[in-house]
Amino acid sequence: MIFTESDAKALLDKVIKMSKADQCTASLNGSTEGNIRFARNSVSTSGLVHNAELVIEVAYGKRVGTATVNQFDDASLLRGVRRAEELAKLAPENPEFMPAIDKQKYVATDTFRKSTAAITPAYRASVAAACIEPCKKDKLVAAGFLLDGQRMSAIANSKGNFGYQVETSSDFTCTVRTADGTGSGWVGRNVADVDDFHPSSEIQIAMQKARDSSGARALEPGRYTVVLEPAATIGLLARMMNGFDARQADEGRSFLTKKGGGNKLGEQVFDERVSIYADPADPAAPVIPWDEDGLPREKVTIVDKGVVKYLQYSRYWAKLKKQQALGMPGNIIMLGGDKSTMDLVKSTKKGILVTRTWYIRMVDPQTVLLTGLTRDGTFYIENGELKYPIKNFRFNESPVIMLNNVEEFGKPERVSDVESPFLMVIPPMKLREFTFSSLSDAV
Amino acid sequence: MQRRDFLRMGGAGLGALLLPSYGNAVAAEVLTTKIDVAVKKRLADVALNAATKAGATYCDVRIGRYLRQFVITRENRVENIVNTESVGTGIRVIANGTWGFAATSDFSDDGVAKATAEAVAIAKANSKFQSEPVQLAPVKGVGEVSWATPIVKNAMQVPVKEKADLLMDVNNHALKAGADFVRSIMFLVNEQKYFASTDGSYIDQDIHRIWAPLEATAIDKQSGKFRSRAGLSAPMGMGYEYLDGKPSGRVALPGGAVAYSNSYNMVEDAVAAAKQARAKLKAPSVKPGRYDLVLDPSHLWLTIHESVGHPTELDRVLGYEANFAGTSFATLDKWKSGKFKYGSDEVTIFADKTQPGTLGCVGYDDEGVKTQRWDLIKDGVLVNYQVIRDQAHILGLKHSQGCCYADSWASVQFQRMANVSLAPGNKAIGVDDMIKDVENGIYIVGNGSFSIDQQRYNAQFGGQLFYEIKNGKITEQIEDVAYQIRTPEFWNACVGVCDDRDYRFGGSFFDGKGQPEQVSAVSHGSSTARFNGINVINTARSLG
Repeated sequence: MIFTESDAKALLDKVIKMSKADQCTASLNGSTEGNIRFARNSVSTSGLVHNAELVIEVAYGKRVGTATVNQFDDASLLRGVRRAEELAKLAPENPEFMPAIDKQKYVATDTFRKSTAAITPAYRASVAAACIEPCKKDKLVAAGFLLDGQRMSAIANSKGNFGYQVETSSDFTCTVRTADGTGSGWVGRNVADVDDFHPSSEIQIAMQKARDSSGARALEPGRYTVVLEPAATIGLLARMMNGFDARQADEGRSFLTKKGGGNKLGEQVFDERVSIYADPADPAAPVIPWDEDGLPREKVTIVDKGVVKYLQYSRYWAKLKKQQALGMPGNIIMLGGDKSTMDLVKSTKKGILVTRTWYIRMVDPQTVLLTGLTRDGTFYIENGELKYPIKNFRFNESPVIMLNNVEEFGKPERVSDVESPFLMVIPPMKLREFTFSSLSDAV
Repeated sequence: MQRRDFLRMGGAGLGALLLPSYGNAVAAEVLTTKIDVAVKKRLADVALNAATKAGATYCDVRIGRYLRQFVITRENRVENIVNTESVGTGIRVIANGTWGFAATSDFSDDGVAKATAEAVAIAKANSKFQSEPVQLAPVKGVGEVSWATPIVKNAMQVPVKEKADLLMDVNNHALKAGADFVRSIMFLVNEQKYFASTDGSYIDQDIHRIWAPLEATAIDKQSGKFRSRAGLSAPMGMGYEYLDGKPSGRVALPGGAVAYSNSYNMVEDAVAAAKQARAKLKAPSVKPGRYDLVLDPSHLWLTIHESVGHPTELDRVLGYEANFAGTSFATLDKWKSGKFKYGSDEVTIFADKTQPGTLGCVGYDDEGVKTQRWDLIKDGVLVNYQVIRDQAHILGLKHSQGCCYADSWASVQFQRMANVSLAPGNKAIGVDDMIKDVENGIYIVGNGSFSIDQQRYNAQFGGQLFYEIKNGKITEQIEDVAYQIRTPEFWNACVGVCDDRDYRFGGSFFDGKGQPEQVSAVSHGSSTARFNGINVINTARSLG
């Protein structure tokens, strides 16, 4: 359910007026999301979900209560407000309570695309068909998923703050396997504007990788130069970015904790070619210009030439440490070069190309040591060419170490992942001494 | 809730805690009420009639009320108390031999009839892409029946203050015992589910689950080192009585650790967690190599889950999860041969949705099939899979095994893992007996980091507590341990399983699968077991 700006404002104003608490913050989120799922060259499920919910948070002194409703008649709104007030009265005082934010100015970000909002069930079926038909013809087997939709966010509070915005997105993934199960390829594409998405050409990437990855040979585990496609690094970077929390670093439990106390703000932690920033208005990956607390997202440099320039402060921690609390970034943008993934392969004497990584888990938060596996297209590179497919590897590697072993970055691409809270624009990376610790027989 | 949201909510992430996206937050007293069965039956009949009229050959209706309570704390403060409620109806039909599904939160007859019509329309539209019609294993209608989790104390009726006080007590004890930081959380779930189908079943179920995780962290400022130890409790299909901390639930382990069976002493565990987190800071780092591993049930459940539970799900074997969770090495040809040695003769692994106290224990699954127990691996040989009604014919089965589940009224039900457990050994062997013959080994307690490939061959597991075993004796606590396995080799390296005196459950509250992703809760039972010659790696790294 998508409310217009004036309808959303009228509803939120009404809710805030209903509250008798010391302060009230309300947010209205609506969405219309459609999906289609296919496997074994056949559509398995599809659905369309309309949803809207209103979150009401009130406070009496330092006691906070939250309630949510999804019916919007006056009686339901009043019931929601009273429930939040009851919970607030029952809750213990929170010594770290922060008052509602003041009126904010949010930067304009371009998050809505008409074409994406207009996706129909017939379009979703055509995407499935565009994948299934060529695979059937080539005796390959497709399994994929398209999730698209529009989401509306509106926030307001008793101090007069207000924000409204609608965003659209479309996320597609498809795995293609050879009929005998010896080869597997993958493609994923996240776009703001569905006119930029061309399933018929995307599916060719996964089909080619499926064919090319058949008959993989085993290489010895060890340290290798790797070329990682952006889909192979997003899961690793997302987990590292969680370590950029100021409080965790100050408390001594982050890779950005300094020996003897304090944090590594201002220190060279990565190779000097590593520069990372967040920008809600980035044209390649625009996001809503506020975070879950209603704090404005701004363009911030997080890492500049390898030096840590930004840590995320909660409002409470910022007050304690006399720092500024900004909105938590919604995207992560990393600088790179102009080369394509295949250009990086061309300049590689010996190495391994990784299409994507899978089942990434934290092994040791002290060093951000992560484990996971390669999947759906892993190839041996020799003298600038993809020589032959290789069996998948398990890796045990830290993104902090990876970003100190940089050979070259390619041209950044927009990429998303179900386990990353950030939309990312990151380059393909050529890195040395990446640690593969064992072989996997999985295809 | 998406697993991503839980990961952020449960861990100290970059941002603030998320409000769980389960549904409407409600006042505490709402959590103790129920919807009248007669109202649900009437509404279900509206859908069943509408579906039949629109041309569906089968219809099932799930009217669900999903209640959850979260109490989230760290150190000396309660960070969040949230009550959520989600109510609605999911309607699944077969028309033109194809599945269709729609869901609505509108409780009017018109609203439910409209959603039913949508489900039939979706089925008919998708039938164009269907290669063969759905074949459902028969289920005999059971009429009007009910089932409830056998709980002693309904956790939803325990005042929020009592829960917050318990967690504050837990945190205070951990801090006093040497923890620098501590988090403790209470998750409570009550699923009130009504199922009706054109087979003639009207099943009313009241399902309860509880989980109380904690984590204590110790810091050495000088070196910048930090270590955590998570709680050794298990999420259970029980009421608040699980937190009574009765001595009968206490299991003293070799090496000095304490585990728990069907009653958890959270304060005692928090004190131990604080001390052991501190000990981890000074524990020597493991020397990588081959070791005999002795694995406690608080650890082994997760290895069973990943390396047996998932690969024996038939939808994965067939390729329905190929684009996300993956497929399986346990292919149909291996099963058909009747000779595939998944494990050694010591290994019998069974699926069971009837074991009291488990997360997966229900009377009927989400397509009205009575729950049951069956063997997956018998004396080491792969003998069966986990199936639902539309898969049974693939194995030549005449009935479903009752593995169907949806995490919400708004989600379509599909095949989910049953409780999958390692059968205890037949010989009288205790944990001390198991350890006394080990020359060079590691005893692992509690689950840690876990990762497995998309066909479930190569896995890596960490733990919470690691004890070196030399010449039959535990010598000291060690650190930086993870072991890597190839699934069939690992289970074939099993040389012994302790008897049923040591049988305990572990489990997952948020097992993720499907697109869009759904979560499910599942338990895994075992006694302590020994695996010879397993590859252990050292996970310590230096950032310079």
